[in-house]
Amino acid sequence: MAYPSGLRYTQQHEWVKVEGDTGTVGITDYAQQELGDVVYVDLPKIGSTLKAGESLGTVESVKAVSEIYSPVSGEVTALNDLLQGAPEKINQDPQGEAWLVRVKLSHPKEAESLMDGAAYDAYVSAKSKEH
Amino acid sequence: MRYLPKGPAERQEMLEAIGAHNIEELFHSIPDEFRLREPLHLPGPLSEAGIIEYFRARAAENARGYTSFLGAGVYQHFRSVVTDALIQRGEFLTSYTPYQAEIAQGTLQSIFEFQTLMCQLTGQEVANASMYDGSTALTEAVLMAERLTSRRNVLVARTLHPEYRQVLATYAKHCDLNVTEVGFTSSGQLDTSTLSPESLAHAAAVVVQSPNYFGVVEDIPALAPIAHAHGALLVTCITEAVSLGIVRPPAEADIVAMEAQSFGVAPSFGGPFVGVIASRDKFVRQMPGRLVGQASDAEGRRGYVLTLATREQHIRREKATSNICTNEALFALAATIHLCLMGKEGLREMAQQNLSKAHFALAELTKIPGVRHCFSGPVFNEFALEFPRSVKIINHALLREKIIGPLPLGVNYPEQTKCGLVAVTETMPRAEIERFAAAIRQILARPV
Repeated sequence: MAYPSGLRYTQQHEWVKVEGDTGTVGITDYAQQELGDVVYVDLPKIGSTLKAGESLGTVESVKAVSEIYSPVSGEVTALNDLLQGAPEKINQDPQGEAWLVRVKLSHPKEAESLMDGAAYDAYVSAKSKEH
Repeated sequence: MRYLPKGPAERQEMLEAIGAHNIEELFHSIPDEFRLREPLHLPGPLSEAGIIEYFRARAAENARGYTSFLGAGVYQHFRSVVTDALIQRGEFLTSYTPYQAEIAQGTLQSIFEFQTLMCQLTGQEVANASMYDGSTALTEAVLMAERLTSRRNVLVARTLHPEYRQVLATYAKHCDLNVTEVGFTSSGQLDTSTLSPESLAHAAAVVVQSPNYFGVVEDIPALAPIAHAHGALLVTCITEAVSLGIVRPPAEADIVAMEAQSFGVAPSFGGPFVGVIASRDKFVRQMPGRLVGQASDAEGRRGYVLTLATREQHIRREKATSNICTNEALFALAATIHLCLMGKEGLREMAQQNLSKAHFALAELTKIPGVRHCFSGPVFNEFALEFPRSVKIINHALLREKIIGPLPLGVNYPEQTKCGLVAVTETMPRAEIERFAAAIRQILARPV
């Protein structure tokens, strides 16, 4: 799967899509491949405050539990309800339908310092070669 | 699975593999003030004959030939020899934690059956593999409520066992948890008039024991909506598990913590016991401890596994739901065997006998001039009595009659100095209850 240029990416394999002062956050296709079959997602409460680089929840797969680190700062305004009943959507469409949370950004420019699609693609290609 | 001790050569090899010079180096992170620099002061080794003699002498210190009316969280009940015979089988007695499901099916199945029985008894949907004892189960239930609600206050009934409250206070001190105690009414039940909407709106849970420390049964179906109306959970604690044979199960509670010693575990020195935690299915992710699930293998055959282990410490480290990473497997097994022997009818019959004998004792004792039941609420097999004289003095005189009398309540409830707690189980013969009442009558008739 490609890494669209409209999203921004972290080294911990989360993405954020910024539209005005709203950020939509998810995990990348690389992350879901590394995790394997996702069985559970633990997300924050609506209204809670996120800080860039801090944990916002966990993704549990059949082989591991991983922290999800927020790429941006702000307040959680929506959760993806789809994931409670169908966490496997994360394996099917991690960068689209299976977004995790929506955030009202406190610093909309914050995401600009993250990697763009091309930079992230190079980052994960290098990682894959390490294996 | 075998455990073979390691010799000096293997130790050296292991140290080299991890790049350490000596074992001492592995402890360098422990502050010096907490290190023991001298040998432990232990008595020297004994011969086989010496050990047998030592334990014979200790066993002889037991109060044999005494009739005890003590309860307060530890109860004398019928125990079949079958239970002890079965739990002493090597497969159970020395088995290690069943991480490897393929070789631990028997252990896992016995735990699954324990969980099933605990759900059936408590009216809950999911129970774990057991906790250390009732007090730690209760504390874990409170911490679970804290995680579920993201609230840091708890409202705890003063009629919760005082030692359970101490265990909770010890955890609370280091967990940024505020415990507020809630009093009781003349019925001995929780004083709900003191539960303000403001306090409930900030509370993770209302914590109540039933039958409570005074033996009084609480109105759980009435308490649940009071807590739920303000987003608080209801945590119910049970210290006398046999009560479930006749008292309505706390199905309305969100989390149930229980001591299951009454199910086939000897009182011993006050332990080891077996704790139970049970809750609703939707809260299972926040449940502490080990959980066994039923699954099927590739050929569709039934099998058992440790499940949802990502809540646990060996996977999640400091982010685990609890620092408990074991369970009280042998005594959970004892409880399982005991309950299977008793059956539904047997447990009901046992509970009925407790109820009848305790109510007979209550009636006999309150016929004595000056003796009255402290509370008007319904009781199961334990009750608090007020005496016209100090409970300690009465007990001193009772000991001469080889009777261990009421537990003085003044120790933990300063306003109840003249009160004592009496437990009467199915093991108590009617003649002993009558002898107890006669002895108290005689003691109180003597001039002061």
